[in-house]
Amino acid sequence: MEFLQPTSWPEALTMKAAHPEAMPIAGGTDVMVEVNLDRHRPAAIIDLTRVAELTEWGGEGDLLRIGSGVTYARIIDELGDRLPGLAMASRTVGSPQIRNRGTVGGNLGSASPAGDAHPPLLAMDALVELASVHGSRRLPVSEFFIGPKRNAARPEELIAAFLIHPASGPQQFSKVGTRNAMVIAVCSFALALDPKRRRIGTGIGSAAPTPVTAADAERFMAGVLEEAGLWERPSEVDASAIARFGELVAAAARPIDDVRGTAAYRRHALSVLARRSFTWAWLEYQRSA
Amino acid sequence: MRITCTVNGRPQVADSVWAGESLLYVLRERLGLPGSKNACEQGECGSCSVYLDGTLVCACLVLGGQADGREIVTVEGLSNGDSLHPVQQAFVEAGAVQCGFCTPGLVVATHDLLRRVPRPSDAQIREALAGNICRCTGYAKIIDAVHLAAGRMGAA
Amino acid sequence: MTAGAVLPTRQPQAAAASVTGRVGESVRRPDGVLKVRGDFPYSSDLWVEGMLWGATSRSPHPYARIVSIDTSEALASPGVRAVLTHEDVPGRKLYGLEIPDQPVLAFDVVRYWGEAVALVAADHPEQARRAARKVRVEYEVRKPLTDPEEALTPEATRLHPGGNVTRHVTIRHGDQDARADVVVRGEYEIGMQDQAPLGPESGLAIPDGEGGVDLYVATQWLHVDQDQLAGCLGLAPDQVRLTLAGVGGAFGSREDLSMQAHACMLALRTGRPVKIVYSRPESFVGHVHRHPGRLRYEHGATRDGKLVYVKARILLDGGAYASSSTAVIANASCFAVGPYQCPNATIDGWVVYTNNPPCGAMRGFGSVQNCYAHEAQMDKLAAALGMDPVAIRMRNAMDGSSRLITGQAMEGPIPVAELLRRVQEMPLPPVAGADHLDLTALPGGVSNTTHGESVRRGVGYAVGFKNVGYSEGFDDYSTARVTLAAAGGRPRAEVHTAGAEVGQGLVTVQAQIAGTELGVRDVTVLNADTRVGSAGSSSASRQTYITGGAVKAACEAVRERIFALAQSELGSRSGAGWRLEREAIVSADGEVIVTLATLLGEEVIEETREFRPRRTNRLDPKTGQADAHMQYAFAAHRAVVDVDTELGLVKVVELATAQDVGKAINPLAVEGQLEGGAAQGLGLAVMEEVQVKDGVIRNPSFTDYLLPTILDMPPVRMDVLELGDPRSPYGVKGVGEPPTISSGPAIVAAIRAATGRPLARVPVRPHDIVT
Repeated sequence: MEFLQPTSWPEALTMKAAHPEAMPIAGGTDVMVEVNLDRHRPAAIIDLTRVAELTEWGGEGDLLRIGSGVTYARIIDELGDRLPGLAMASRTVGSPQIRNRGTVGGNLGSASPAGDAHPPLLAMDALVELASVHGSRRLPVSEFFIGPKRNAARPEELIAAFLIHPASGPQQFSKVGTRNAMVIAVCSFALALDPKRRRIGTGIGSAAPTPVTAADAERFMAGVLEEAGLWERPSEVDASAIARFGELVAAAARPIDDVRGTAAYRRHALSVLARRSFTWAWLEYQRSA
Repeated sequence: MRITCTVNGRPQVADSVWAGESLLYVLRERLGLPGSKNACEQGECGSCSVYLDGTLVCACLVLGGQADGREIVTVEGLSNGDSLHPVQQAFVEAGAVQCGFCTPGLVVATHDLLRRVPRPSDAQIREALAGNICRCTGYAKIIDAVHLAAGRMGAA
Repeated sequence: MTAGAVLPTRQPQAAAASVTGRVGESVRRPDGVLKVRGDFPYSSDLWVEGMLWGATSRSPHPYARIVSIDTSEALASPGVRAVLTHEDVPGRKLYGLEIPDQPVLAFDVVRYWGEAVALVAADHPEQARRAARKVRVEYEVRKPLTDPEEALTPEATRLHPGGNVTRHVTIRHGDQDARADVVVRGEYEIGMQDQAPLGPESGLAIPDGEGGVDLYVATQWLHVDQDQLAGCLGLAPDQVRLTLAGVGGAFGSREDLSMQAHACMLALRTGRPVKIVYSRPESFVGHVHRHPGRLRYEHGATRDGKLVYVKARILLDGGAYASSSTAVIANASCFAVGPYQCPNATIDGWVVYTNNPPCGAMRGFGSVQNCYAHEAQMDKLAAALGMDPVAIRMRNAMDGSSRLITGQAMEGPIPVAELLRRVQEMPLPPVAGADHLDLTALPGGVSNTTHGESVRRGVGYAVGFKNVGYSEGFDDYSTARVTLAAAGGRPRAEVHTAGAEVGQGLVTVQAQIAGTELGVRDVTVLNADTRVGSAGSSSASRQTYITGGAVKAACEAVRERIFALAQSELGSRSGAGWRLEREAIVSADGEVIVTLATLLGEEVIEETREFRPRRTNRLDPKTGQADAHMQYAFAAHRAVVDVDTELGLVKVVELATAQDVGKAINPLAVEGQLEGGAAQGLGLAVMEEVQVKDGVIRNPSFTDYLLPTILDMPPVRMDVLELGDPRSPYGVKGVGEPPTISSGPAIVAAIRAATGRPLARVPVRPHDIVT
């Protein structure tokens, strides 16, 4: 096993080009489990923790550009007000030890259907920035996940950053697990109300081969709000519409039975999470309006 | 490969390290510091909690090479010679130690909590220590120990 | 230990001296300081210059015939010093606690997923792991027998020469045709629980250069390991010397051999010290689990709620090898009715072989599975009769005049009704206020699944009991050597037993007893090893009673010698009313006659004693009637839960318990046992399950085998009774297991109360609640 340790972004990209098989490591919260438990022996490991560029974040036009090496703990502390949904999801990631070390970039790289950061990124229409010695490209996060634990990065590419709109309205994240902390999602749901763009964003975790959005549910609820002019005059949303929203979220999932739960339960739980999340978010919107 | 780092204030060198070795293995088997424990080696139990450049981490999830040039503090580095750190003292007195395998990780995690939140509530203690599994005590006496240590450190 | 032998650089050490507390005082652990500093040497911490690392090659199939094993590629791998198979087992190829049916290394067939097939020793653990993967085993895969019901059928594949029934216990008590006014029936299923001690199976074997070996290991019973190892290694017992290394929890998982024989074989073959440390996934196949069970019950009662009869059929899946299954099924059967008076009982307990992971000892030992069933039945009976669940339990509670369904008279304080009354009378926790949202207090925790929606509170009760110590005629004893000498003008006692300190606090108890009996402040408890006689196992809640009894007996013998010495030194004084106190012999009126330091001078007084409780008898094979047990321990629990009834998520709000401990030698440690034991009960009730499909464990890691975190375990309200058993030293009763027996059933009863669901299976999963 070869160990590569670039100290700058150009060096990292050069190394990755020379060793396309190299497994990138940042917080190690996924990679090291594979190594320690002898599940996987990558031919090479490329350590990105010394690439200072990856730990930076800042504005880029309307967007925030957040380096792939920013930890969950920093997302909570530094970006909690601008990205409340992602911060709520980050709070549910593992333990303080894991949040101090784990990164959203690493979560994207692993591309687990259960990754906690994925639903809020989907709900917020985030972009993933991939880079190689040949240049960089950005693609919507919904196109980034291509299969269970598979992503769209090419072998010579590294994840540089993700780009995301700061919240213009309330956001929620909920995760079902069978204990009250330190749990991998049985299923999870993220919701973003975007009054500026008149949009409802959703993200579903652990209930399909990849993290997915519930596009029908988004359109349905956006339509309900638009039709009744509720963005401008935020009165109560009809309970039947909220229930329908829940059903459409559940319908967007393609869950399976596994050690963490059954497919039927996941669908059911998603409908509950969707209803509750919308109710909480809408209440917050009503209060703020 | 060679790893050079500072552990508990002392410069340390480990040679012939296999690239897949975790910081935990390096500490335990190469540097003679087995205080950080090897209970799950997947970041689920917190028994290997150490400081890496002042940040609380699971040593099992840090690749040895990632620690090169870094500063590490382990449970062995918390006491001052023979005198225990107040967190350690409180764990002994409160009966928070049974088999003790989780104890080093809990001591370091509690040390980190009290650095950030000097007088934590029960809820804050529970959220901060949720990544440290104890199989023996049922946690009640661990919470007692955190309060005891916080009281003494606040009074000092 | 032979002269000039290699010692590990990090080796187990005597627990620090100066344990000053007396019996009945809350005393700090003597090993506590080492543990908080990270200096306590656990078995996985041991290290010696030049040691090799062992790794195990394991079966990927739950059932297969071994056609051939080729070790050549593994042996040629970098850093490899030895590769061993069953052909290299020097002595007996089979071992086992009750029945020698388990191969040291598999030969002919593998019977469970993860069974050890070959061993590797190499310079670095990674080299050992890589080489272990290169042991080529050709298997002829067979269809595994994984359904315990099927194992009972005549057509089923016979997994062992004697068939698939490891033991069938029959209890026929009273009128077998009794009829009752009200009858309730139920079928219950209990999942497989893992002990999950945090310290992995590990140890260091050091060859002595003369054909023998010294093993430093975490175990629950040094001498039973020694006996089995001597047989497997083809050595005399004194050639296999064991020293207890620091034990990172046990809970039953360390009663059977795991890596012990393997490390010794590799050390003897290579002539080098060999260390083996299991990874967490390996630990899941490296020790036995709690038996999963299927229990079918029928309770008959009178209209006013008196039990008339109980019929039960209990089927436990013992997995591939017997381990302690025969004793577990005896417990499950003897205590099948719970701590209730029941004139008529018809119990059939079965434990069978399958190709599932082997099952054996875990805290509660057979009394956990049946408690879920008998307590659910009592609640059903209460509902059928319109009675309060606590009232029906109190109406049927055993007392000092009752007989067990084995016919044995219950003696001594049997405070079942009292325990129930006490937990019922404790104040209930307040309902969380809606004014401020604290996610940590809600079902789902910080995962933000509810802000109070659909949260319903439930309260449930359960009471349970089990035997303390060994039953059915098994020779239960412990040995203690106590030495008293003066050094630096002060008397100092040394206690040496082979009793395994596994975290429970035995080391403290021994020091307290010696300090109290000998009136000295400075007591050192030597590290446990096989240089002293057997202490029996640290299991069955027995050590405080049995090894505590042995220490007390040895101290009494030392005291006799002290008094005799004083009488001869001081002339013809009678010695009547003398006591040892304050490091001196004092007279009946408290006057110092002579200090121990003065009296002892250079003299060293040493006494060794064995202690035995009263004997027990085998269950009658046809009727199950016998005086099979020597003591019982009881606890009652009340659980308060909040359930998100729409998502099926549970927050246990509070556990309350009352338990009779006879006498609390160290009250602080007793509280720790009650809290920690309840947490393990909580785990089985709502989250812990080794999920096995077609013989394969699907969740062998702490990512998917979930243990309760500090956010899952609520505060425990406690009432500790000290009613005193007149037959035991200081009146002690076993403490460790009762907290794990009734806590879980109380939680499940509370979830039923909150949801109205029958919940006949544990652990209760979210989808059991909502679908």
